[in-house]
Amino acid sequence: MVNERTFAGRAFDAANIVLLTLVSLATLLPFVYVVVASFSATDDIIPKSFTLSAYRYLFSTDTFVRSLGISIYITVVGTVLSLVATALSAYALSHRKLPGRRFFLLLVLFTMLFNGGMIPTYFVVKDLGMINTLWSLMIPGLISSFYLIIMKNFFLEIPEDLKEAARIDGCTELGVLFRVVLPLSLPVLAAFGLLYAVGIWNQYFNAILYINDQTKWPIQVLLQQIVVLASGGFGNAAGSADAVQVFGQGVRMAVIVVSTIPILIVYPFLQKHFAKGMLIGSVKG
Amino acid sequence: MSDVMTGPVISEQPVPKAKPRQVHELWRRVWKERWIYALFLPGFAYFIIFKYWPMWGVIMAFENYQPFQGVLDSQWVGLENFQRFFSDPAFWQLFRNTFILAVYNIVFFFPCTIIVALLLNELRLRWFKSAVQTLIYIPHFFSWTVVVGITYMLLTTQGGLVNELLKMVGLHQVNFLENSAWFRPLIVIQDIWKETGWGTIIFLAALAGVNVELYEAARIDGANRLQQLWHVTLPAIRGVIIVMFILRLGSFLDVGFEQIWLMLNAMNRDVGEVFDTYVYTLGLQ
Repeated sequence: MVNERTFAGRAFDAANIVLLTLVSLATLLPFVYVVVASFSATDDIIPKSFTLSAYRYLFSTDTFVRSLGISIYITVVGTVLSLVATALSAYALSHRKLPGRRFFLLLVLFTMLFNGGMIPTYFVVKDLGMINTLWSLMIPGLISSFYLIIMKNFFLEIPEDLKEAARIDGCTELGVLFRVVLPLSLPVLAAFGLLYAVGIWNQYFNAILYINDQTKWPIQVLLQQIVVLASGGFGNAAGSADAVQVFGQGVRMAVIVVSTIPILIVYPFLQKHFAKGMLIGSVKG
Repeated sequence: MSDVMTGPVISEQPVPKAKPRQVHELWRRVWKERWIYALFLPGFAYFIIFKYWPMWGVIMAFENYQPFQGVLDSQWVGLENFQRFFSDPAFWQLFRNTFILAVYNIVFFFPCTIIVALLLNELRLRWFKSAVQTLIYIPHFFSWTVVVGITYMLLTTQGGLVNELLKMVGLHQVNFLENSAWFRPLIVIQDIWKETGWGTIIFLAALAGVNVELYEAARIDGANRLQQLWHVTLPAIRGVIIVMFILRLGSFLDVGFEQIWLMLNAMNRDVGEVFDTYVYTLGLQ
């Protein structure tokens, strides 16, 4: 593909670069517009005169600060729980000599294809008394079968000799996990931790399904209330549109920005790992 | 002490004779791995409770389910619920809406991922390629509330960017958000904006594996860049394209709940209501 110095070849390259620049801009601009407009002092479409008033207002309201706190809380606690549960299960399933290993693997794989659906799952969560508790935002999605399988495959790649050596030196199985396997898997654990964190931070559906109490809404639900209902008029989900009708453009933009900031912060770290992680999964499934 | 059955088995007597030792052996292996089972216990409990228990709830579909009577004691009505649902005019509307969105997704979104992957693959400027990739992967990590929020901020008739621009050039404002005609295009555009970049990853991986000698051979035969693209690159990744297409068909009717729910309102419900949102509205709200 190299060394094509013909006119047609160069024209092709130029057209390609222009096209991809357009694609990138189309991806970027809507979000950049929202960010810039959130700092604008007026509601005009051309943003002017920088101000922080929208953010100052947001952080002065109880509702917003509480929602933000709830989102941070469930993201931190939920990620730790998910990661621990996934890593422990993945390690167990990577243990080749485990009697019943195939059965357990099938048990996990089966859930990637079939599930009980929204209503039965709701009843299970309800029977467990999790409705209107923050547990309902962390526990029903505790383990992703997909991540579990990928992590199991990664653990399988750790040489058996290494574990065997530790065992001969007198390590228990738990010792092997904590002193050999996990230290070797830190980058993978970090990557899946970030993926879980993004998933929990972004969840909206579970929140409207399981949380009726407005004081326990995570930020995604609040965002929907403020931005979508206030703009629409004919609202959809629960909650009163009148109560939020008063917010100006700037405040709505600011809510969007605040709820994306954590994603943008972790994105560079995510990007380093996810492509590889996704390919491990797709090749070995 | 023959622990293997010898000769034709006439009575059941040899089996009980052989069993205790095998059971003992199995039990010994299980006991040896008890710590591994202990590690898998949280994961196992999670899968049983949140993935398999709800499947049992599917029985509700064949019952006149009463929440206070529970799944076991509700009256069994056979296929009556199905008869009612299939003869309900709402069913065909839901089916059509879900089906059309799924077709749109395959016809418009799927080719976009292939085209962008091909364009990226043709790029020779390494830094430009990774810059574009970094940018177009980002929206995948945004929540649907954020994507819909941005859509609202751009399209609302109350000071949204697009409508203000339309007004400036002297055109009529369009109420994109509360309009049946615009619902499906908006859903598809959001899908394309959010997931195209992410969708390219798998194709880029396939493209990286194409044999370079094929291009040289094609060039010697006088093929220009477009011809190389058509006759070498595309056939080389045909397998991956077909697999991805089949996978997509597998989740054909699985149109995203969050996205559609957030975009749904009283004015576009006739084209926007799909199975998932109907289940939620009918069953839980």
